[in-house]
Amino acid sequence: MEQNKHIDWKKYVITFFITATIFGTAIYASSYFNNKRIDEIKSIQESISTNIMSSETQVSLLSDIDCDDVGSSMLSSELNSLASRIEYSEKNISNADEEVLQLKKAYSLLEIKDYLLMKRLSQRCNKQFVFALYFYANSTKCPDCDKASTILTYLREKYPELRVYSFDYNLDLSALKTLITISKIKDDLPAIVIDGKAIEWPQDKDSLEKIIKAKYPKDAKVATTTTATIKK
Amino acid sequence: MQTIVNIIGTSVIFFSLYFEVFLLISLFESKKKRKLSSNLEYFYPPVTILIPIWNEETTIVDTIESLLNLDYPKDKLHIMVIDDGSTDKSLEALQKFKGHPIVEVHSKPNGGKFTALNFGIERMKTDFIGCLDADSFVEKNALKFIMRRFTDPEVMAVTPSMIIEKPSNILRKMQRAEYSYGNFMRKAYGSIGAIHITPGPFSFFRKEVFEKIGPYKHAHNTEDMEMAMRMQKNHMLIVNEPTALVFTVGPDTIKKLYKQRVRWVSGFLGNLIDYRDMLLNKKHGDLGLIVLPFALFGILMSLVTITISLYKISIQVIEAIQKILTVGFSAPQFDFSWFFIDTSVLSIMTVTLIFFIISLIMYGYRTVYGKWSISLEMFYFIFLYSFITPFWLMKSVYNNIKGVHAPWR
Repeated sequence: MEQNKHIDWKKYVITFFITATIFGTAIYASSYFNNKRIDEIKSIQESISTNIMSSETQVSLLSDIDCDDVGSSMLSSELNSLASRIEYSEKNISNADEEVLQLKKAYSLLEIKDYLLMKRLSQRCNKQFVFALYFYANSTKCPDCDKASTILTYLREKYPELRVYSFDYNLDLSALKTLITISKIKDDLPAIVIDGKAIEWPQDKDSLEKIIKAKYPKDAKVATTTTATIKK
Repeated sequence: MQTIVNIIGTSVIFFSLYFEVFLLISLFESKKKRKLSSNLEYFYPPVTILIPIWNEETTIVDTIESLLNLDYPKDKLHIMVIDDGSTDKSLEALQKFKGHPIVEVHSKPNGGKFTALNFGIERMKTDFIGCLDADSFVEKNALKFIMRRFTDPEVMAVTPSMIIEKPSNILRKMQRAEYSYGNFMRKAYGSIGAIHITPGPFSFFRKEVFEKIGPYKHAHNTEDMEMAMRMQKNHMLIVNEPTALVFTVGPDTIKKLYKQRVRWVSGFLGNLIDYRDMLLNKKHGDLGLIVLPFALFGILMSLVTITISLYKISIQVIEAIQKILTVGFSAPQFDFSWFFIDTSVLSIMTVTLIFFIISLIMYGYRTVYGKWSISLEMFYFIFLYSFITPFWLMKSVYNNIKGVHAPWR
């Protein structure tokens, strides 16, 4: 008895279309969520931008800014939330590189503005912060950058009055290039500037902690909360 | 590297999903056709059931008793137990059936399961023959459900649905989910004439199968697969009867499971090499064009999937170790925002595929238990089994390359 071995090619084609439709739906859903992410980043950036402008305006008007409000938490949680989202997007949203890059530029600009503002406020309110500018590149160009990011995140957890601003050294942003120039940073990365002075990358946590501890206000608390340091 | 992983992962998922969709469409199509043959009349021809045994003292009595409880005319039933040189008390246990009108016990020197089956085939006097492994038990309606499929003169062999009986540990629970998935696959393969294994537990044949294509062969210790492949090569129709239920116990330790699976997969690869001319050969219909190539691809896919998973896990572990070495141990902090949920195409498709597989396992359960249900063992099967499967796959591939024969026990 011979079995009929007829091949139903139509079924193969229909199967292909159904599978392709399921795939197409997955691609659409993935793209939808990525767009939502970018919208969320934009929304956070707008919120930070408004807050910074508000603070700048207050300072410019020489009005009585409430020095009690000037603390480690000021804007830092938003900035760090933004940092972790941009870092995630850089790693995971491959089809929106240009858009993420623009968001990263905007973020770097906000960091610079926050840095300048916080410096002015700390003088006005006699608050002592330790400001750290951290310049990184991707791990191919800077093998030590991942380690430096981890150490700075840890130190920021431990020292709430330490304000870390991280910048992608290769980002094409004129304000950042100016900051790099005035901070006298060469392309030997990672580069760290503590309170305006470039230091040599100390290689390990203890050495960097020692430098920060020396600058850290004696009466400031040592806390345990943490925020992310953007890394590439 | 990440891009390569994504491309490979996405391709694997695309082909897997294609195959699942293909089987589902085939099954739905056959359901329409089956309506015409759903009222098959019961058919009670004389039938011989062979039970090859080798050291089965603990299970053989229950196995025979389950056959004696079959709802089938006893004057049409003939049970032939062939002891393949057991060294335990199997023969002593079989004394219980001495003089039984339908149970016949034979003993022969050890030669392997296929020799025991051939011993029975040579002595059979009926037009239909089935076999049952001595660690399996049948549901009382199983035989009559199977035999009615032979009312179609085209049908040369019928396979049952297999179930892991009362799983006692997590390993057996995983096997129960696996067998349910297997039941779906067998049913779907049956719908396109692509069954390529006639399982040892309770597959039935017309006598003419052996007369035309010969007896069982050693076939890399997987004589049940070789017989089905040989039948397919000779264009003999094998169908599945999902309502015929056979219970088996399944290995209870990883070591036993590993040995069993190395034998199965090594045998599968060995037989596939022997019957390689059937691969991608449209003369053999869907079996040649999609089922066999995909079965082979499935082995490769499993190895690729585990490699990708291990690659991803190792990156996480290395990062965690580097962090500990750099700044010491600190409790990880999580941001539970939806933002950080992985919604890449690969992840969405992986979830879709898992959803598909769970649905198909549920379908397999429904076939057996008559209702839809979801249980933890399905997730054990998908998430834990994936990590142990590659070990026996790799060993089986190695065996085939090196020409090592996996032992029967």
